[in-house]
This record gives sequence, structure tokens and C-alpha cells, in this order.
Amino acid sequence: MKDLSLHILDIAQNSITAKAKSIFIGIEEDSAANTYIIRVEDDGCGMSKEVLELVTDPYYTSRTTRRVGLGIPLFKQNAEQTGGYLAIDSEPGRGTVIEAMFVHDNIDRPELGDISGVLLLLIGANPELHFRYVHRKDGQGYALDTRELQEALDDMPVSNPNILGYIKEMITENLAAIDVYQ
Amino acid sequence: MLITIQRKNQLMTKIKSLADLRKKKEDLQAKIALREKSDSPEGRVLVKVAMATCGIASGSKDVMEYIADELNKRNIDAIVSQTGCMGYCYAEPTIEVTLPGKEPVVYGDVDVKKADEIIEKYIRNQELVDGIIPVNYQTIENNKEE
Repeated sequence: MKDLSLHILDIAQNSITAKAKSIFIGIEEDSAANTYIIRVEDDGCGMSKEVLELVTDPYYTSRTTRRVGLGIPLFKQNAEQTGGYLAIDSEPGRGTVIEAMFVHDNIDRPELGDISGVLLLLIGANPELHFRYVHRKDGQGYALDTRELQEALDDMPVSNPNILGYIKEMITENLAAIDVYQ
Repeated sequence: MLITIQRKNQLMTKIKSLADLRKKKEDLQAKIALREKSDSPEGRVLVKVAMATCGIASGSKDVMEYIADELNKRNIDAIVSQTGCMGYCYAEPTIEVTLPGKEPVVYGDVDVKKADEIIEKYIRNQELVDGIIPVNYQTIENNKEE
């Protein structure tokens, strides 16, 4: 994975596969504590304790089309390379929380990448799901909620290509306002 | 003159809030009403981009953005969506194209250039393009039922 936004896209796909209806994506940058924390929470089917122990093993996957599952192991490896960690909490029927901490100023921390593009792909391809995105950086923050978007759009589908372009611009502008550049 | 400048400024304003978004949406709605798009899903082209770890790592995000953008620009009525890994990790990014009334076709190693070729030749003119994966291809949903 080239950057953090692609990891987020990958992990969010797991949530979609787990039949989540609502997905929260949070990024918290704290320069004082020197941490860069990414959280993905969903209300999907969750995992049992046994599965939870296996998901960081690259040779475990829930799918039948191939025998390896690298999404979480790669994310974990990248976080640990900076001196951070990856933690997963999950309960069958309730959902899953995945949290990765990267050491902010570590040279191995990948850059954020095109997060607005990633959000757009997720929102555009899954208009029926509820997405929330919160990005905090040293006390400032930006929050996006697809329910609010849909309200502003009335009956216009959020997946309309022009509308997606407008939303992308909105996210990019608001992130730039809190000094997050992609 | 003043009015034109003001209008230009208005068009140049960046969208920052939900209110701005609503305003843009209303402008767009007025335009769409003029164009009157057909609303039959059966008549639409369906493009699914494989978006699992293997696809993402090979650049499927950029390919999907390109396809969605270009189909819109070229005025082709299509739905672009995502699918999981189809087991062709070696050939990622892969896309599955279903033309109305036809069997789905899967293309492998699709970069932006290949995507352009697929749009122009296959989607527009139904000419097959190099890079089709298996002939006996089944969709991921069918595979699961086995």
C-alpha cells in the first residue's frame, strides 16, 4: 500500500464485506504526543475470539477465492515499523473496531494520500451505507457525515458523478483549512 | 460587465459547507432536467472494479476514479461499482464489464490506458479487447454458492 488512505480503503472494504450499515473512519493527529491514530469502526457481523486471533496472520482469510489475506497484516506491519501498534476489538453481532497508531514523525510513516478520493469511492459505491469521517489535528477538526450530505442533497443521489465531484472539493477544502494536505 | 464578473466569481467559489453543496446541487438539477437522462437500469453498462487488498495495492483506486470520470465525461450511461477479489490477484487491477443483455467480461492488468481502450472499443463499439481473463468466468456471487 502506497499510503494511509489506501489502507483505510482496504480496511473499510472488510467492514462492507461484514455487512456493516454504518462505518466510522477517524484520524487523529497529535503532534505533542507524536501520534497518528487511525480508527475504523463498523456495526457489521463482528468476529469471534478465535477468528480475531487469526486475522493478523497473513495465511488467514475468510474468503474462498484465494488462500491469503494481507490487508490487516500489511496495515499492522506498517504501523509497527514506525514504533506504533495495531489493535482490533470485535464482538460477533456488534461490530469491529480497528485502531492503528503510527508514530507521527517517524520516517516510515506513510503519507496520508488521497483520503478525499478514498471517501468518495466508498460513498459513491455504497450510497446506502452511512459513513462518518472525522479528522482531528492538534485541536482542530473536520467531520463529514453522509446523512447530512443526503439531507443537503434532498432526493439527488449522492452517487451522481457531478455531486461526487462537489463533495470531493468540499472535503479537500475543509481538510486544507485544518492544515491537512493530500 | 459587472454582472459577468460577479457570476464568474460565483462559479469560482469553492464548496466548503453543506449549504454550498446544496446550492451546487440545485444548479446541477436544473441542468439535468434539460438533459433528461433515461432511468432504466437494464439499459446501463455495469462496470465493477475489484477493490480488495490485491486490487488496491495494484492501483485499482486510480483506475476506478478514471473509469467513473471518463464514462461521465463521454456521456455513457453506466453504473460503476466495486467488487471483492475474484482470485485473479496476479492480474490486478481487474474489472468486470457487463454490457446490457450480455455476459460479463473480465479484463486484467487494467491501467488507465487499458481502461481508455476498453471504454472506447468494448463499451462503445462492443469490440473485444486483449486482456480478457478466463472464458469460463463466473461472478464472485456465483462462486460462493458452490
